[in-house]
Amino acid sequence: MPVPERNEFFIDPNRCIGCNACVSACMECDTHRGYSMIQLDFIDRARSPQTVPVVCMHCDSPTCAEVCPADAIKRTGDGVVQTASKPRCIACNNCVLACPFGIPKMHSEANLMMKCDMCYDRTSVGKKPMCASVCPSGALWFGTMEEIRRLRPRSRPVRTFRFGNQTITTKVWMMVPVDAPVDRVDVTDAMHEPTVGRSDAAADALLSGLWTAEGA
Amino acid sequence: MSAEVRRAIGWALLATTVLAVLIVVGSRSLDHFDAALVGYTFATLFAVFGITYRYAMWLQRPPTALYWRRGWQVFFRRAFVWHNLLRWPRHVIDDIALNRFIWARGRLRWLAHWLILWGCIVAGLITFPLVFGWLYFDTVAGRPGWYRTVVFGFPTISFPADSLFAFLVFHGLVWSAFLVIGGVMVAMRRRMRDGGAAAVQSFAQDMMPLIVLFAISITGLLLTASYTWMEGYAYQFLAILHAVTVIFGLLWLPFGKFFHIFQRPAQLGVRFYKEVGVLSDPARCRRCGHAFTSRMKVEDLIETERRLGYAYEIPGNAAGHYQWICPRCRRALLALAQGRLWHGSRGAAAPPHPMPEFGNPGMGEGPLGAEDAANFHP
Repeated sequence: MPVPERNEFFIDPNRCIGCNACVSACMECDTHRGYSMIQLDFIDRARSPQTVPVVCMHCDSPTCAEVCPADAIKRTGDGVVQTASKPRCIACNNCVLACPFGIPKMHSEANLMMKCDMCYDRTSVGKKPMCASVCPSGALWFGTMEEIRRLRPRSRPVRTFRFGNQTITTKVWMMVPVDAPVDRVDVTDAMHEPTVGRSDAAADALLSGLWTAEGA
Repeated sequence: MSAEVRRAIGWALLATTVLAVLIVVGSRSLDHFDAALVGYTFATLFAVFGITYRYAMWLQRPPTALYWRRGWQVFFRRAFVWHNLLRWPRHVIDDIALNRFIWARGRLRWLAHWLILWGCIVAGLITFPLVFGWLYFDTVAGRPGWYRTVVFGFPTISFPADSLFAFLVFHGLVWSAFLVIGGVMVAMRRRMRDGGAAAVQSFAQDMMPLIVLFAISITGLLLTASYTWMEGYAYQFLAILHAVTVIFGLLWLPFGKFFHIFQRPAQLGVRFYKEVGVLSDPARCRRCGHAFTSRMKVEDLIETERRLGYAYEIPGNAAGHYQWICPRCRRALLALAQGRLWHGSRGAAAPPHPMPEFGNPGMGEGPLGAEDAANFHP
């Protein structure tokens, strides 16, 4: 049964508070019970609280599937890129290393790539994915386009990403400022981008001052 | 017709012809070929054509072609050939004979697959030589009540017809049917009760193979039941029914899920590729500097992507190609690129070149194992 067309998945890493609720909820998903497919990283833990939760973006032309020598990754008619087919996956690691978003995980012992399938057991019957149903800050959100526009008037969704010369369009949307003069997110342009909400030189000086004061 | 299709048809015709010749030679010019089994023979010849065609097409896909070539290259690379030869039997036993990787996927899944695998192997080793006339049993002159096994026209061992050995050998297909039916029952139960399996399975890909295997096994058992306990009741009908199920299974081999039987051994090549990769030069992420896989792997992926028409080159950046960026930095870049668009409202930032790390290193939450962790660097 396909994912109902009206519902869309939106991610907004800026809203992530790093609570790990999505990680725990993801482990409850029936298609990969006990293993979380959410990739949650601190961007620069020593200097910033910024975190990024990443689910599979479900590319229109999935690089992971194209580079798979076993033809083990299929995209269903509703645009969901499924996890590796268990009879076919030969654990070559190509998909893990080719995904431009860094999503798939390799379960070496089981000779199997595992990745987010947008909780297909739930979304295919009209329910929200586990992660989006528990995310307290709305960094991972599932609903209709009308709802997200009403709830977040300062943002708008885009789903085109640029990696060097390569443009990738996805099923999952990313929220950007409503007035941002872009129609795509240029990922490789951020190669040397610093974190947000960081402790910069001034904050470092303040912190060192606090340490000094405590020491005194 | 494309060059790929022509090549695949050529290989398929060659494999089919080789088998046909072997049938004629092995049955001593069809002297020992059982004409009643001619339907099975032609179904097998069709299956060999279809399987070879699909396999040849599969091998011509850019990633498969590259892995196929590189797999053999690394296996026979002078520095590693002894290492590979010594490891080879162990990998065959672990992956093919014991299915250890399926044990890691789930105990019931392993039990079902292992029973079906060995049931099919035993059945195949008995059925095909019998059908092709490569194997038959003859009486032994001067020794009434004894049978001699003849393989490819050459006499081999003899044994008494009423011995335990004879009972076990002549009922080999019965034992294999028990294994297959047991495995099918476990698999069917899992597919009917597991919510995750139910969400992604399809009738053609997942249920049909189980139904076909069950039909072949149960009709075969009914033949034995008919001549053993029912004085041959409905034997002709059951024989035709069994032939229909087997021939359907053979004709379907190249198209459905059963094709994984022929794809699966590729994982042995992947094992050697990975082992050699670990022992050779690492690739270092051109953003964070950490090693995350082998240099050979990154270069092969760049070549594969180029052949597929992807253009992940990054002009004007020292990284050169996005494939040189580790998966964890790629995820960080996604957030940083989004944050960049918000700078107007949240202010600029100072410390350059942030280093990402796992937010969820706990059991089951972070990497799934050492290799997975290495992909994202320690």
